[in-house]
Amino acid sequence: MSGGRRQIGGPPKERRLRIPGTAGLALEESLVFERGSPGRVGYSLPETGTVPVADPKAAGLESHLVRGELSGLPELTEFDVVRHFTRLSTWNYSIDAGFFPLGSCTMKYNPKVHERIAQMEGFANGHPYLPEEFCQGALEAMYELCRMLAKISDLAAATVLPAAGAHGELTGLLLIRAYHEKKGRKKKKVLVPDSAHGTNPASAALVGFEVVSIPTASKGVLDVKDVEKALSDDVACIMLTNPNTLGLFERDIGKIAKVLDQVDARLYCDGANFNALMGQASMGKMGVDVSQINLHKTFSTPHGGGGPGSGALVVSDKLAPFLPTPIVKKDGGKFRLDYSPPDSIGRVKGFWGNYGIALRAYAYILTLGAEGIKKASETAIVNANYLRAKLKKTYHLPFDQPCMHEAVFSDKNQKDATGVTTLDIAKRLIDKGFHPPTIYFPLVVPGALMIEPTESETKNAIDQFVQALEEIDQEARENPQLVKDAPHLPFRRRLDETKAARSPKLRWEPNGS
Amino acid sequence: MRYIPLTQKDLSEMLGTIGVSSAEDLLKQIPDELRTKGPVPIAPGLSEKALLDHLAALSRKKPESLVSFLGAGCYDHFVPSVIAPLVTRGEFATSYTPYQPEMAQGTLQAAYEFQSYVCLLTQMEVANSSMYDGSTSTAEAMLMASRVAGKKTFAVSGALHPEYLEVLRTYAKATGLHLIEAPFCAETGRTTGESLAAAAKKAGSDLAAIFVQSPNFLGVIEDWRVAQQAAKDAGALFVAVVAEATSLGLLSPPGAFGADIVCGEGQAWGLPMQWGGPFAGFFACQMKYVRQMPGRLVGETVDASGERGFVLTLATREQHIRREKATSNICTSQQLCALWATVWLSLFGKQGLRDLAAENLSRAKHLRERLGKLPGYKARFTAPTYNEFVLDCPKPAEEIVSLLSKKKIVPGAPLGRFLGKGFEKSLLVCATEMRSAEELKALEAALAEVRS
Repeated sequence: MSGGRRQIGGPPKERRLRIPGTAGLALEESLVFERGSPGRVGYSLPETGTVPVADPKAAGLESHLVRGELSGLPELTEFDVVRHFTRLSTWNYSIDAGFFPLGSCTMKYNPKVHERIAQMEGFANGHPYLPEEFCQGALEAMYELCRMLAKISDLAAATVLPAAGAHGELTGLLLIRAYHEKKGRKKKKVLVPDSAHGTNPASAALVGFEVVSIPTASKGVLDVKDVEKALSDDVACIMLTNPNTLGLFERDIGKIAKVLDQVDARLYCDGANFNALMGQASMGKMGVDVSQINLHKTFSTPHGGGGPGSGALVVSDKLAPFLPTPIVKKDGGKFRLDYSPPDSIGRVKGFWGNYGIALRAYAYILTLGAEGIKKASETAIVNANYLRAKLKKTYHLPFDQPCMHEAVFSDKNQKDATGVTTLDIAKRLIDKGFHPPTIYFPLVVPGALMIEPTESETKNAIDQFVQALEEIDQEARENPQLVKDAPHLPFRRRLDETKAARSPKLRWEPNGS
Repeated sequence: MRYIPLTQKDLSEMLGTIGVSSAEDLLKQIPDELRTKGPVPIAPGLSEKALLDHLAALSRKKPESLVSFLGAGCYDHFVPSVIAPLVTRGEFATSYTPYQPEMAQGTLQAAYEFQSYVCLLTQMEVANSSMYDGSTSTAEAMLMASRVAGKKTFAVSGALHPEYLEVLRTYAKATGLHLIEAPFCAETGRTTGESLAAAAKKAGSDLAAIFVQSPNFLGVIEDWRVAQQAAKDAGALFVAVVAEATSLGLLSPPGAFGADIVCGEGQAWGLPMQWGGPFAGFFACQMKYVRQMPGRLVGETVDASGERGFVLTLATREQHIRREKATSNICTSQQLCALWATVWLSLFGKQGLRDLAAENLSRAKHLRERLGKLPGYKARFTAPTYNEFVLDCPKPAEEIVSLLSKKKIVPGAPLGRFLGKGFEKSLLVCATEMRSAEELKALEAALAEVRS
């Protein structure tokens, strides 16, 4: 309803001053291009010393290759810039500010000490082409991280070169293809359960595999019989998420691996949910051949509003020979990079991958250590089950059984009774000071609310979140419009995504429009 | 463990609510034969002090006093002190991909600003909100050009960054695409129209696009007009690659020469070198191709009260909607790095970008002239350069690097590893605004000394 904002205590719109503008602590801020003034500067250049300034044309550059005025770029002081980005930051919600239960995203605490480490001179200012003698510290961290990832997953080897989860998937699929090609085979099919992340079929299709979808059985996990049914000599691998996107452990994974073995198909395990497994289950014993470990999830590197991440891969000895270049090695106490292992799939990214991210993950694992790794996954599982047990009284839980690190609910109870949907519930959670869970995923649950509390949250935080969802259920029954019009309180109300897509405005234009 | 909050009292209450007697009961979901038995075989956890001591020791293995003339796709530019405190603010660093736009307007507006900066600097119509890096951005340009043109062969300048070429080969092999290399001119270091035309001719009617990088891997500034004409003559798309993004402050943007796609690396926009990542790849194209673009796009819209706001848009290209029919499998990008670049670009602005680029060009030109005059040394290529150049040396470049390492000078990247035969004595030498006049002189003296 139109009066929703006023009714529940938000600042009336007309009271907001437009320029420069505050209402309470909601700080208005224009685009950076609309700020500033000709002649302002926010930089200083190092002293030129005795080096003469060259005119590019005198340096032999053809006049058509010399740029004219840089029109449209702003002119700001350093303090203008500080203020601009500080004000923008206040519009973001973050894990530092509160509970962020996005399912499959593992929004856990990102320790501040990692940023201090990343800014150490020998890490921040290292060039990847420095002579090896100057790279020993940096290479040692990479080598040790790979070694520990292999130990934690109980597989043979690891690489930290892929830049993100989907990039790891793509790289993993190339390893599998190289494995088959080495044996003289051209397998064309990849089996993907219908509950998989969208990146799985997208990665498989990108590298030219035919995607064969397998249904999730009624108990929420994959049935080995369904895998057998889809199996043929042409199957290169299956991409199985474990625990799956319903938060359930794929109990048959060992059997599935054995069935796949009959046609020498390999087992790709999507490791997005590795936070539930680390220290608890062995990928080696599951028969996994390759898995991407999203370091920005399980190993606590900051998500950064959408990256950078790292899609490190752990692999079995079958796939280890095909790992991308360069490969970090240790010979007689010295670390080096091998740029040309004979069977490698080649390079998937420039330089050494997202090194700074790998470094943070290394620090995290060193801090947790053997006992902390186990404690973290165990706590994540307890937190998720506690939330599941409390919330199922109000919200529909399609698979009512113990879960791993996350639980998937739906809007069935509310939608049937009040017309309020998952999207409305999510938006209303914003008014209550929480980031919504992952919504409408996995696709196998209509109106899904996928909730992952992680081990970072206290019992109290989970209690408050459950209480907020219970209140929303109550509101839906008493005043559904209040929920449908949400959010009422944030800096911006519900945004018109249809308009954005129908008439895309994707950049600022110097002359306005 | 200071990152894990549950007390014994919490735990027992929670287990009671769940209806189990121990956490172990919950772990019974995992079949016993798949469990990790006993402790994980890694070391016990460290205190913060021990952690910092260990990593500081590793960090110190790179001497702070090194004077490096390395560039080659990873550039040593000055990083103003204001950037890190802004970008590492938890509000930015610990937020998620902005799927809930009402809670992420900060990230979204900054991403929109990044897109706008990329468009302004490349003179293109639309840009996405970042790619993994320059190499993968170039690979995605190849995939997109293949979709747009409906063809599978590419003419690629031989002066493209060798690691970009390697990534292109990996992606091309995986997707059934073909690359034909157009060699650079042995005298000028530029990719000539004749060379591009010959490669295009080999591709025949299957040619999708021509790829040219400027400044190229040899430091040489290519002539965009030549690349544009070659693409036009061959009826192919023109893909321009920029690996040193500060050059756009002084060099004509590829968009002014009809580029269909401009891709590249934004690291030079103030991102620390970090052993090669994380960086901020960028990707821009003409608006008519927007629905074929990879990666995330942020668009302007209004909220329910009519206020300006920003959202992720045109997501129907993306994997979480389209699954196997998506334009790319990319999900996580490099948003925080793009923010870093956006802050840097805002500090430098209209005048700073030009001044900085002029400073880079001047220093490298000065150094190139000085070193080229040293007996036994010679600047290899004649075409104009930006902030790096190829220097031919009187002995194997690896040996020179090794000799100068003793003085804590790294004179450049030995090119034999990248370009093979004929380049064993060549160094790629880079001088950004970071190398002082004294350091340039020190390099000159050191090279003169190791001549014989």
